[in-house]
Amino acid sequence: MIGPIETFKMEANEHLVNLEAALLELETNPDNADLIDTAFRAIHTIKGAGGMFGYQELTNFTHHLESVLDKVRNNEIHISAELIGIFLDSGDLISTLLDNTQFNEDQKLLSDALLERLFALVPSNETQAQNTTCNENKKEINENEKHFYRIRFTPDKTTFTTGFDVTPILRELQSYGDYLVTTHISKVPPLVEMNPEECYLKWDVTLVSQESISTIEDIFIFVQDDWDVTVEQVHFQDTEEHPDRLGDLLVSRGILSSDDLEHALEGKQKIGQILSEKGLVDNSEIDAALNEQKMMRQLKQNKASDQPDSTVKVPASRLDKLMNLVGELVIVQARLNQVAHREQIEDINAIAEELDHLTTQMRDQTFSIRMLPIGTTFGRFRRLVRDLSRDLNKKIELQTFGAETELDKMVIDKLGDPLVHLIRNSIDHGIETAAERKETKKPAMGVITLSAEHSNSHVIIKIKDDGKGLNTQIIRQKAIDKHLIKPDDHLTDEQIHQLIFEPGFSTAQKVSDISGRGVGMDVVRKSIVELGGSVSINSHEGYGTEFTVRLPMTLAIIEGLMVMVGDEHYVLPLSSVEECIEMPSMELTQRSRKRLVDVRGEQIPFLYLREWFSTTGNPPAIEQVVITHIGEERFGFCVDEVIGQYQTVIKRLGKLYEGTVGFSGATILGDGSVAMILDPQALMDTANNGRSQPELRVVNH
Amino acid sequence: MAENAEDLDHIEELNINSESVQILTFTLDDEVYGADIVQIQEVLEYRKVTRVPRTPDFLLGVINLRGHVVPVIDLRKQFNMNQSEITVNTCIVIVDVMLDGEKIPLGLLADAVKEVIELPTKQLSPPPRIGTRIDTRYIRGIGKDHDDFIIILDLPQVIGQESLQDVYQAVSSKETQSTDEDE
Repeated sequence: MIGPIETFKMEANEHLVNLEAALLELETNPDNADLIDTAFRAIHTIKGAGGMFGYQELTNFTHHLESVLDKVRNNEIHISAELIGIFLDSGDLISTLLDNTQFNEDQKLLSDALLERLFALVPSNETQAQNTTCNENKKEINENEKHFYRIRFTPDKTTFTTGFDVTPILRELQSYGDYLVTTHISKVPPLVEMNPEECYLKWDVTLVSQESISTIEDIFIFVQDDWDVTVEQVHFQDTEEHPDRLGDLLVSRGILSSDDLEHALEGKQKIGQILSEKGLVDNSEIDAALNEQKMMRQLKQNKASDQPDSTVKVPASRLDKLMNLVGELVIVQARLNQVAHREQIEDINAIAEELDHLTTQMRDQTFSIRMLPIGTTFGRFRRLVRDLSRDLNKKIELQTFGAETELDKMVIDKLGDPLVHLIRNSIDHGIETAAERKETKKPAMGVITLSAEHSNSHVIIKIKDDGKGLNTQIIRQKAIDKHLIKPDDHLTDEQIHQLIFEPGFSTAQKVSDISGRGVGMDVVRKSIVELGGSVSINSHEGYGTEFTVRLPMTLAIIEGLMVMVGDEHYVLPLSSVEECIEMPSMELTQRSRKRLVDVRGEQIPFLYLREWFSTTGNPPAIEQVVITHIGEERFGFCVDEVIGQYQTVIKRLGKLYEGTVGFSGATILGDGSVAMILDPQALMDTANNGRSQPELRVVNH
Repeated sequence: MAENAEDLDHIEELNINSESVQILTFTLDDEVYGADIVQIQEVLEYRKVTRVPRTPDFLLGVINLRGHVVPVIDLRKQFNMNQSEITVNTCIVIVDVMLDGEKIPLGLLADAVKEVIELPTKQLSPPPRIGTRIDTRYIRGIGKDHDDFIIILDLPQVIGQESLQDVYQAVSSKETQSTDEDE
């Protein structure tokens, strides 16, 4: 169990992260009141909670910070770069203070020094330092505010003959938010009188959406002349007073006069029932109003709870256990499916199918719990860039994209250090000093771009700088010195660039504490490979360097396509599979050197897995090619047989198989045997290298 | 993990220093080999081993051991012995081996598993310089049970870093060979 003090520490650390993010943002955007509020709240909460748990000195320290921030909030003083610096240092100090209720000597000195700096900037007036409680009355200019619309439309009778359909309109309305539709069918005449080409229906839609009323009205732009359309926005700032009783709603919708309502209300039955019994109101009208009532109540409820979701803190180890269990469940499910398929008992088949559905949902849910936006780590990098660029006296701006890209928590945790290394590398080796940049006519401010995006079942993270790029000559010389290559080796620029990932390689002339100890890049590659990913480099001298890190989105379960080669099963990640085609027999008999298969006019290279795996035995009469897309490219894998979709629990191959290429792991099949999971990208790369290598040797001769 | 490792070393040492050691014996190509019982996790009946393509021959493949993927190695191939058919006696001995400071489970293919014997430490002799079929660096000692010699294996050495490196070099040279064939 987690004790209250651990909880406090955890939360305080989270607040510190928020504080840091807000401060860094304030640097570029000093007048943003929200950011100041965020910073204030973080400090305030740490102070308050710290006091509760006996962190007396911490409380005193944060109290001063809080007072200063309060002044900033009240526009008494302006936030300056120096002030932000002090606060950042204070944040670092606070994080070290959390371990102990009492300050040690160093911490005491540090905190005094910081306060001194702070008071030099902002004279403290203790008398005024009352415990300001954080005022949460945010103004309601919330852009995300939801509007409540009442939309009724009666299509023109001839609408079907003129070709205007209702469904697209309803679909569009649905895309704007939560909606409930009532179709009024009371006007539909008996079958004998009905003209099937005419439209007798009308609709009532209750929509809760963030869109403005004009956007909603625009949906009807093509039909507004012929159709009878009303779009009405229902305001209810004064939610309490607004009528949401059915009778009142009907009146406000103009369906019932208040007199009739009064009259009807004399009975004590449910109002809807009475009204329809008395024939005052149509049944479907009541349904429509009831729908509105439902939506309105929902909206009110949401407003009351304000926060969309409450959160629960759970130790990560429990999530890991849950994940493992789900993995086991998926394997058992596969076994059940296999048995059900074999036995052909209808009842068991039905159960297996239903269970399969549940298992899939459970797996997806468990995954989504573990998924975190990668942006949580970006704050750390921004700080890194800020501090390092100051130390090195370079001007560098960090631009981040795709902070919302989600990744498995475990991957994110292990990704931090390699990314720090790569960014440090860009700051230290990549970006030049302002003077150097001036010489090469680059803007003084260097830019490092950090971006993340999804690509199939992978996440691509790119770290790009506009610095000087890799110097192939220096790298080459260094590699020769370190006996990584021979002096007479002919290498392309790209091959030379790859050398920086070799162990013990570092090109920095001077060893700094930032990078240059030669432990950087090979460690980076190793840890990324351990995560089942890969890293590549693309550099142009004088224009900058780009590192591309490719990672699997999850380390646990994927959807796979099971295939057979010889008598072994293999699994391909389904996300990269495009289609399966029969191998035209001609291609094989030719046994041409270039393995290409014709898919609707396009020549796609493929790997003949039987040969690649040195499988014994005879191939079947008809072989299949699984076409996958890898990034932009398409690549085929020729297999004996395609079995079908398979939920694949990824198991690591372990240390002994670390050096093998082409497999991202293994999985356990329903019958308890093991199948290898193929890594299409790695297979394609090695296959291509295998083809290009002979050419390289020709150059050597 | 580190603690475990210490434990393991500790026990092994104890075992050597104590009066006697317990050895599980098994046969490979009609010779008797042994491994310290401390390292042995369990003995399995032979089951189908999934091949991992493009890996050295002696790495036979992987099996499923209660949800874990465990590599299996064929000592016959590692020791350059004759190959034999899989028989009813063929077993997979699961051992725990330290590799790079990490404890990994590993399956050894054995022609047959014989018994667990207790040998007095005094009777263990150091590996002979000549006269064994296998590389002496893989041998921890020679024991004698009645008239049979038992070659006690030094498992971390057998699958150790050095031999693995040999193995991967072998594979990469094989790969270049295959590309040569392409030419």
